[in-house]
Amino acid sequence: MSLETHEHHHEPGCGCGCQGDQPNPFEELEPVLDHYAAIPGSLITVLQKAQELYGFLSIELMRYIAIETHTSIAKVYGVATFYTQFRFEPVGKYLIMLCQGTACHVNGSKQVEEAVMDYLNIKEGETTPDGLFTLNNVACLGCCSLSPVMMINDDTYGQLTKDKVTHILAELKETAGNDAIESITQEVTA
Amino acid sequence: MKIIIGAGSCGIAAGAHKVQTAFEAIIAEKGLDLAVEQTGCIGTCYLEPIVDVVNDGGKKITFVNVTTDDTRRIIEDYVLGENELKELQISESDITMIGKQKRIVLRNSGLIDPERIEDYLAVDGYLAAKKCLTEMTSEEIIDTIKVAGLKGRGGAGFPTWFKWDAAKNSPGTTKYMVCNADEGDPGAFMDRSVLESDPHALIEGMLIGAKAIGANEGIIYVRAEYPLAIIRLQNAIDQAREKGFLGDNIFETGFDFDLRIKAGAGAFVCGEETALIASLEGERGMPRLKPPFPAQKGYWNKPTNINNVETFANVPWIFRNGGDAYAALGTAESKGTKVFALTGKIKKGGLVEIPMGLTLHDVIFDIGGGIKQDKAFKAVQMGGPSGGCIPASLLDTQIDYAEITKTGAIMGSGGMVVMDETTCMVDMARFFLDFTCKESCGKCTYCRVGTTRMLEILNRITQGEGSDGDIELLEELCYKIKDGSLCGLGQTAPNPVLTTIKYFRNEYEDHIYHHKCTAKSCKPLLTYTIDAEKCVGCGACKKNCPVDAITGEKKKVHEIDQDICIKCGKCFSVCKFDSVIID
Repeated sequence: MSLETHEHHHEPGCGCGCQGDQPNPFEELEPVLDHYAAIPGSLITVLQKAQELYGFLSIELMRYIAIETHTSIAKVYGVATFYTQFRFEPVGKYLIMLCQGTACHVNGSKQVEEAVMDYLNIKEGETTPDGLFTLNNVACLGCCSLSPVMMINDDTYGQLTKDKVTHILAELKETAGNDAIESITQEVTA
Repeated sequence: MKIIIGAGSCGIAAGAHKVQTAFEAIIAEKGLDLAVEQTGCIGTCYLEPIVDVVNDGGKKITFVNVTTDDTRRIIEDYVLGENELKELQISESDITMIGKQKRIVLRNSGLIDPERIEDYLAVDGYLAAKKCLTEMTSEEIIDTIKVAGLKGRGGAGFPTWFKWDAAKNSPGTTKYMVCNADEGDPGAFMDRSVLESDPHALIEGMLIGAKAIGANEGIIYVRAEYPLAIIRLQNAIDQAREKGFLGDNIFETGFDFDLRIKAGAGAFVCGEETALIASLEGERGMPRLKPPFPAQKGYWNKPTNINNVETFANVPWIFRNGGDAYAALGTAESKGTKVFALTGKIKKGGLVEIPMGLTLHDVIFDIGGGIKQDKAFKAVQMGGPSGGCIPASLLDTQIDYAEITKTGAIMGSGGMVVMDETTCMVDMARFFLDFTCKESCGKCTYCRVGTTRMLEILNRITQGEGSDGDIELLEELCYKIKDGSLCGLGQTAPNPVLTTIKYFRNEYEDHIYHHKCTAKSCKPLLTYTIDAEKCVGCGACKKNCPVDAITGEKKKVHEIDQDICIKCGKCFSVCKFDSVIID
């Protein structure tokens, strides 16, 4: 069966990661696929929406998109791996995006990166074993006057120093710890 | 009376939202009738968060570097009292920084609320578009741009009228107007600021351009790293559509034009026109051979015109004030103004818009206030990864496309990164090569493999393992990559290396032959020793050394074992007596 012509009915061995009679694991993506089916050249947008929904692009997810958009998985994988925005592994609760722009470099982003790596004991692109933090280097975030800069999820932090960055990470760790305790307590009381 | 808070990305990162929340809490607590509004970025990023308090008579006082603690004082002492809090206000010298500029692109930035179309209309917004659509022909519009002498602000500096004319003359009824807002140059944020602070100026510029070339559909390709810009732009598009400035039969002229946003996914090469088009079509963003040019065969093989954000933002002003007024600014070859993102080791970093023809010295020292901590100026990097480093001896160079090109750098999109004596120029070259090497799309062998080989050589040199002949090998590779690459990325990638070799060859030689980094930046080339005269034997360095390389008894001079030392610099940062010497 060719991937290009395969109409998807979710059956055993259909290749999208579903188990045939089981519900489609990527059901939430269906409206997105329906919406963009009529707009040619929308593959990147579909991948962006998929990443928004699932956090990263798994092989199963890319295969599903390929089938639904009547294209080859090679094409989907080729486009996804070309752009730095796309991730292929799960990310931590906090995604650290460390700016590697020129202004940040001149003002010491290397030292900040070292401090993050020291504190979390991970390298660029890795996630801490507890699933809390992922460290990614990114090209310029465009906040050059506040360099060195990083973004954690949607928040931007500027004028970083070794001490400041360690302090920020420690605070997030504590918040996450408290959240966890709270949810356990809630479960117990429930 | 109202309070206006600067809420661009920089302002928000500096705490604008927290300041706004604090103001709202105090206003609610005291039951005051006081509006809190927001505006975009005024450009003086080093003063963020910036708060304007405007009284009913229109008198405006600007408070800078406002903290949440300051908000209470501003309300209690100034708004409710008589104290103008001089110590929190913007200083005279900072007002001068803004005063020396000529703001055309940034005319509304930091003054209007970017989320309200009414604010843009109040400053004569969309009147230029109305004039173009109702009173002018395509030829007349293009002619005005020609008189103005506007050149593409994305970097290459190609005359805008020429591109518009080519797209207009291309046969076909379906044409596209595209805005390149994929500002990928690290160290530049001019376009982000326009998108966040004055999105309607871009929309109006695109509408005028669309009328000139006969396009009914427009696309703005924005970096995904600019979430706030995308939100504000989408909001502006929706408002413009509601008011009838986008859509069918605009100004009842029968002309239709609509706009949509396409978020990029992170690829520097997509700044190149043909790569951008490939990306718009959902493909890998790889450039192709020109001709055919986009004006002939672009998006879906239809005639397409692509300009950058700043170029479009100039357009409405030109039609409000005339092409001649624009051409009156600048030099013989470079007209109008240019926005620069002034960053790095500069005292007053931010966005500045200046008439062409000022010197680099004017921008860095008169407007930017000189170098942080009054250190020695070493170089200014212009044009990002495609540009080069201009040394102190050429500070009198005029801001002009041709003059900047003569130095080996390029005008570029407007990144201006200032470096001082502590910046190592070999490391800077390595930094840019690392960037272009990662961003090369891989299509051309010289660009793909050549930049990798160059990066390896530069890595070796900065690690103290350079060898005789490395400089010559770098130069040879530079020229081959320039000749052997299809697009601008490869053709310009060697520029940072070539300019640093040209102006700072001694630094390369110091690294290779003397294993010395004069800027004291390349760690493998440094040695840390303890000054016996200054050391008091406090033990702080010994305690903090991660590899136990430091020995010494309490109150006696300590010593660093060079064989164990990993050059982490911890001892240097913890010593309170400046007794650790880096050499």
